[in-house]
Amino acid sequence: MKAIKLLVSTACFMGMAASTHAEEPATLSIEGQAFTIQASAPAHTENLDEVTSGWIYRTKETRALQLDDFDNPGFVFVDKAIDLWNEVDGSEDKSCASCHENVEDFAGLRTTLPRAEDGELVTMEDLVNECRTEQMGAEPWKYSGGKMTGMTALIGLQSRGMLMNVAIDGEAAAFWEKGKELYYTRVGQLDMSCSNCHEDNYDTMIRADHLSQGQTNGFPTYRLKNAKLNSTHARFKGCMKNIRAQPYKVGGDEFKSLELYIASRGQGLSVETPSVRN
Amino acid sequence: MRIIGISIAVAGLLASPLAAEPVAPNDVNYEDGVVLASLTGVAGDPVNGRDVFKNRKLGNCLACHVNAEMPEESFHGEVGPELTGVADRWEQQELRAIVANSKMVFDGTIMPAFYQDTGYERPLKDFDGKSILTAQQVEDVIAYLQTLKE
Ligand code: HEC
Ligand code: HEC
Repeated sequence: MKAIKLLVSTACFMGMAASTHAEEPATLSIEGQAFTIQASAPAHTENLDEVTSGWIYRTKETRALQLDDFDNPGFVFVDKAIDLWNEVDGSEDKSCASCHENVEDFAGLRTTLPRAEDGELVTMEDLVNECRTEQMGAEPWKYSGGKMTGMTALIGLQSRGMLMNVAIDGEAAAFWEKGKELYYTRVGQLDMSCSNCHEDNYDTMIRADHLSQGQTNGFPTYRLKNAKLNSTHARFKGCMKNIRAQPYKVGGDEFKSLELYIASRGQGLSVETPSVRN
Repeated sequence: MRIIGISIAVAGLLASPLAAEPVAPNDVNYEDGVVLASLTGVAGDPVNGRDVFKNRKLGNCLACHVNAEMPEESFHGEVGPELTGVADRWEQQELRAIVANSKMVFDGTIMPAFYQDTGYERPLKDFDGKSILTAQQVEDVIAYLQTLKE
């Protein structure tokens, strides 16, 4: 097993000392609940021995923000989503709460998404928008917009601490294969694949960034960089642009397949929604 | 150095009107991990090469390589080998091949090809049909790397 380097202190100001690595046992516990942030890699993730949460690779200061829900800025958006949950919208005069008594009833849902249904791969965003258009007679929300990321954070939070456990067999198998192919395909002018950074080089500094395995168990994630919740697909898009590649469509088939594949690589890690990253 | 480079370029210009053009990315001749001829016929400028090396929008070499010659830069990446003393390990013509297209030297490497303008999957529009660096920037980086001796 690879020992993980923790960034004990990183001076973020230009001209100050560079980051230093040190060995430190990594444990994450929030409000008394313990999280699995390191687990044996699932059998289908052939090239890794273990899977690890992105939380481990962040600085001590960033990690601390996730330890207490009062400090976690992601909860501002979760609170707004609670209001949205109760807000009537659309031609049917309904809110989410009209059909779903308690948002707590969604405990466990996040661990199983995306999932294949009737020949399609369905994400949480799809499920939310299906309720809006089919049940409420309301306009769908923008796939990675503020209302959507707030709602997927609120629903994902109900599974916090539970282990990621997506299905990759049966109907899901073809999507999973597609996602795997995308994960290993080099793209862009920098000609890199997701695996080049997140499999071959995790726990390594790439300029100022400590590379993680690019896991999705913490999404939507609050990023200090843009001070809002970020969807999985928005992160994929950002990584593709960084390697000067034309991103796939947010909410499109490619990113959904990639989302399934990456979720399966995180099998066994706890849901951390909403996590905090830089 | 500078003057010799220029006189070669001028001589080339006299011989054929095309000779002053840099070698196009697809015409670079990689032989056993080396590129013998300068891409431009103009000697590289190590001072500009140093900037290309650290500039995030140009080489951004520092993203992946530690370089002891730049202690003033805060963040040195660790994805590739340290380049401290790299000139003791590689000749100019080897460095040219490594920077222009490292895949010709290191099979399957993560290091981008800095002088290649075709063959990419889904390049962003702004970069389509372009190489990351110009021929002269490649020569400048090589000139800078040649100063990195221990
Ligand atoms: C050039 C290197 C590079 C490549 C290639 C790359 N990424 Fe990333 N990625 C990063 C960096 C740097 C971060 C931020 C630090 C971290 O978590 O690794 C990041 C973060 C992420 C995260 C967030 C992880 C978390 O815990 O919050 C995900 C998910 C991700 N990347 C997915 C992808 C996918 C999918 C691809 C391919 C389409 C990809 N990345 C390609 C560099 C890269
Ligand atoms: C995304 C990462 C990355 C970037 C950016 C990058 N390199 Fe590299 N470089 C590598 C890796 C990895 C190797 C080792 C070769 C291998 O085995 O893949 C390498 C090897 C080298 C070597 C050979 C070093 C030795 O001692 O064997 C030189 C010279 C070099 N790079 C120069 C550069 C220059 C100059 C730039 C920028 C113009 C650059 N690199 C940008 C990753 C990178």
